Amino acid sequence: MTDQAQLLPGTLDLLILRAVSLGPLHGYGILLRIGQISGNALLIEQGALYPGLFRLVRQGLLKASWGTSENNRRAKFYELTAAGRKRLREETANWNRLVSAIGSALGAQPEEV
Amino acid sequence: MKLLDSLRFRIATLFHRSQMNAELEEELRSHIQHRADDLERSGLSRAEAERRARIEFGGHARYKEESREAAGGTLLESFFKDVRYALRLLRKSPGFTVVAVVTLALAIGANAVVFSALNACLLRPLNVPQPESLYGLQYGEGVKGAQSYPNYLDFRDRNNSFDDLAAYHMTRVGLDTGENPTRVWIYEVTGNYFDVLKIQPYLGRFFNPSDEHGAHSAPYIVLSHGYWHSHFQDDPGAVGRTVEINKRPFTIIGVAPPQFKGTFVLLSPDFFVPIVSLEDADTLNTRSGRWIFETIGHLKTGVTPAQAAPDLNSIGEYLQKTYPKANGKMNISLSRAGLYGETFERPLRGFVAALMLLAGLILLAACANLGSLFAARAAERSREVAVRLALGSSRFRILRQLFTEALLISLAGGAVGIWGGAMLLRRLSAWNPFPQLPTNVPVNPDANVYAVAVLLAFVSGILFGAVPVRQVLHTDPYELIKSGSLAKLGRRITFREVLLAVQIAICAVLVTFSLVAVRGLLRSLHSDFGFEPENVILADTDLDMAGYPDDAVPAMQKRMLEAMQTIPDVTSVGLTNCAPLSSCGRLSRSSVYSDTTSDLRPSTVAASPLQFQISPEFFAVAEMPVLAGRVFTSHDDKSSPRVAVINQAFAREVFGSPENALGRYFKIWNGTRIQVVGMVRDGKYTSLTEDSQSAMFLPILQAPASASYLMVRSESNPQRLAAAIRSRLRDLDAGLPVFLQTWPEALDRVLFGPRLATLTLGVLGALGAILSITGIFGMAAYSVSKRLRELGIRVALGAQRKEVLEAALGRAVKLLAFGSAAGLLLGILASRVLASIVYQATPRDPLVLAGVVLAMALLGLVATWIPAQRALSIDPAILLREE
Repeated sequence: MTDQAQLLPGTLDLLILRAVSLGPLHGYGILLRIGQISGNALLIEQGALYPGLFRLVRQGLLKASWGTSENNRRAKFYELTAAGRKRLREETANWNRLVSAIGSALGAQPEEV
Repeated sequence: MKLLDSLRFRIATLFHRSQMNAELEEELRSHIQHRADDLERSGLSRAEAERRARIEFGGHARYKEESREAAGGTLLESFFKDVRYALRLLRKSPGFTVVAVVTLALAIGANAVVFSALNACLLRPLNVPQPESLYGLQYGEGVKGAQSYPNYLDFRDRNNSFDDLAAYHMTRVGLDTGENPTRVWIYEVTGNYFDVLKIQPYLGRFFNPSDEHGAHSAPYIVLSHGYWHSHFQDDPGAVGRTVEINKRPFTIIGVAPPQFKGTFVLLSPDFFVPIVSLEDADTLNTRSGRWIFETIGHLKTGVTPAQAAPDLNSIGEYLQKTYPKANGKMNISLSRAGLYGETFERPLRGFVAALMLLAGLILLAACANLGSLFAARAAERSREVAVRLALGSSRFRILRQLFTEALLISLAGGAVGIWGGAMLLRRLSAWNPFPQLPTNVPVNPDANVYAVAVLLAFVSGILFGAVPVRQVLHTDPYELIKSGSLAKLGRRITFREVLLAVQIAICAVLVTFSLVAVRGLLRSLHSDFGFEPENVILADTDLDMAGYPDDAVPAMQKRMLEAMQTIPDVTSVGLTNCAPLSSCGRLSRSSVYSDTTSDLRPSTVAASPLQFQISPEFFAVAEMPVLAGRVFTSHDDKSSPRVAVINQAFAREVFGSPENALGRYFKIWNGTRIQVVGMVRDGKYTSLTEDSQSAMFLPILQAPASASYLMVRSESNPQRLAAAIRSRLRDLDAGLPVFLQTWPEALDRVLFGPRLATLTLGVLGALGAILSITGIFGMAAYSVSKRLRELGIRVALGAQRKEVLEAALGRAVKLLAFGSAAGLLLGILASRVLASIVYQATPRDPLVLAGVVLAMALLGLVATWIPAQRALSIDPAILLREE
């Protein structure tokens, strides 16, 4: 647990969108999926997921519907809307630009300057 | 669109709040169950798994709250929370709440009343279709809007700017419907009047140009809805009836719609008749003498008033060139119909604007006061604020809460103010200060008025709510909680204190004025008029209206006098063209010349006395003291030499001194010599504030007047007396219109101006006083609460009550004293203005001075009472332990 990284502000929404883009999930499922696709490298307090989910629903990026989970329990399932899919694409591109910019800045060697 | 959607969403979430809460709850529970399932699979017991799952989930309540907020709808929700909290707080301090609401109610009520006067007189156009293109003609110089009938016809037929032009004239006629003949106000209008205004009849039909066939044609009446309602009891059968106007038969052919009250805002007629029906050919054909009140019409589509003026002026030039004797140069402009152009619109505009300004100042002062009250409250609550800040509440949230409180107060104040204002306006609308003159100023509040009042309430809430903002923003919770006191004590004079001092000064001026006015009014009621109005009834008759030719008037007047004398208990009966101080509108001045003057020109006039034409008994009825000489007898008639009774002022002006005036002669305009046979004491004739005016009294037999007041003096009951007078006159001539009033009633109208001024000043004084009280109270309360700790220490160190009070309230009291002194001084300086309205208004009256000082002291006492109590009740032990 100790080598888990703190989440950067604003990235939770992106992770949620990405997780849900692979198929409709309920809240706990999203957490599991994020853990799975990030290799359990990120520290997310479980409850913190929900304000993010509600925010995304309000922005029209996700839509929610009640259904039954694999554990045979009632759960609310989230899936991407068209706007959400678009946003995910844009944010991903943004993120990649940011990462490569910061990466190359940090990886710069003295002779390259 | 987005905004709307989000709003709808929020409202929806608000209404589905409980459902949403339940869903959220279920979702979070479902999450924990799923986690617990996983933990259980890894070998934990169910109970332990659920416990662990809950812990891992984190702050359940916090995430729930945050989720709700993220889902939207919580703004409204927390707004309602704020409202509930604010209501609870306000209920806890009812004194503050009442003071704040009342202050604001007064200010907003005053503004609502003034604004609706503005709305009624200036903004609300006449109740006719397309009022925006309806204009009146102003011909320039002298009687601005008036015109002669032939000139009107030329303007109507020759202009290219108006669809059509109508003209109307206001006059008073005698109406006989078979019962009590009455005198009524009517509009004489041109045949096209209703067509031009595009109005449809409520009942029957309107007359139109095809009805007109020269003088005395078209004897038709269109009743106003109001008159039909009050005098014909809404009887549809009234249409078709024949009645008599000035003794000639007219047929009622229709009723105007209820919302139409004529085209001059200040006078609504009882009915309308064609101008040609009432006037004779001579009047209609005379081109000189501009007598028709106003010409109005709708401009053609696309024509602006500026474009119309040259067109009309060219007609003016044509008329001047063609009829040079009758017409001077005209400088024609257009003005909005309804207020008669510059004559009424400009002064009315100025008056209402001044009132509006005053009302606005009052509202501002109220806001300033409430602001300092709120600041004081915020200071008292600074610890609460600090604790909330320390616990993580945002400053925004705290400010929002303060604003909610301010807006609640302002809306409550606004509601009460509007309610009070509406009540007052309803009374004002129904109120008619001049029974003989049907003014119609519909000051009923309409949607505009309500909207403005609500807006004002809202804006003022924001204004005074904003005062404590800086205070809250600068609150440092750590410092505050550590030290317990707010700020260092300010010794410099703050802006707020200057404002307060100015406001107190204004209040003192207003209090001075209202006391001066009240005292002046009281004095004027008991002043010496030079005659005795009590127990006299005035019967206003116009024999001309009743169809008497001039030579029949004296005989009829004699019969009327004799008839009055047969009424039991009547002491004396007289006749005059106009009773002094009755605002009869018939009193005229005439130029007189000294006997030695042979060249009678304006420059040689010796005096311009008021001219009364009276029967011999007049002086006895009026109880006007005769100082020297004799009064008239019935032998002073057409066949005997002309004589006059004069007053002292006349004697001084024409003969130099009252002593040697008796027996001497003066000349009137046509050179006739008149001998002075008697002299009476000076009196008041037209207004209570006038200086002594010269007056002459001529025998009515030598200077006839067909319109006159019968004056009947009797100790008996005025109602019975009035009934007797009425029946006697009806016996003489059933068709004679009579208007009866007691002389004191007539006096009321002269007193109307001073009374209104006194009332207005009184109201303003009261408003100013209340505002000062809240202002001083706010400041005193603030300074006491700010310095509680310091005062506590002083008390602990053995300070006396007097010293505590001085420390706590010294500044407020100083402000009050300074402001009052300045105000009193200003009031004394400014009361010259008052003297023109109010009789003998002088503030250099010990009673007034004492009154002002007493009033201001009382205000100070009331305002500082509660803070003083608070300062005195400081228990240092409790205070020091607490802080």
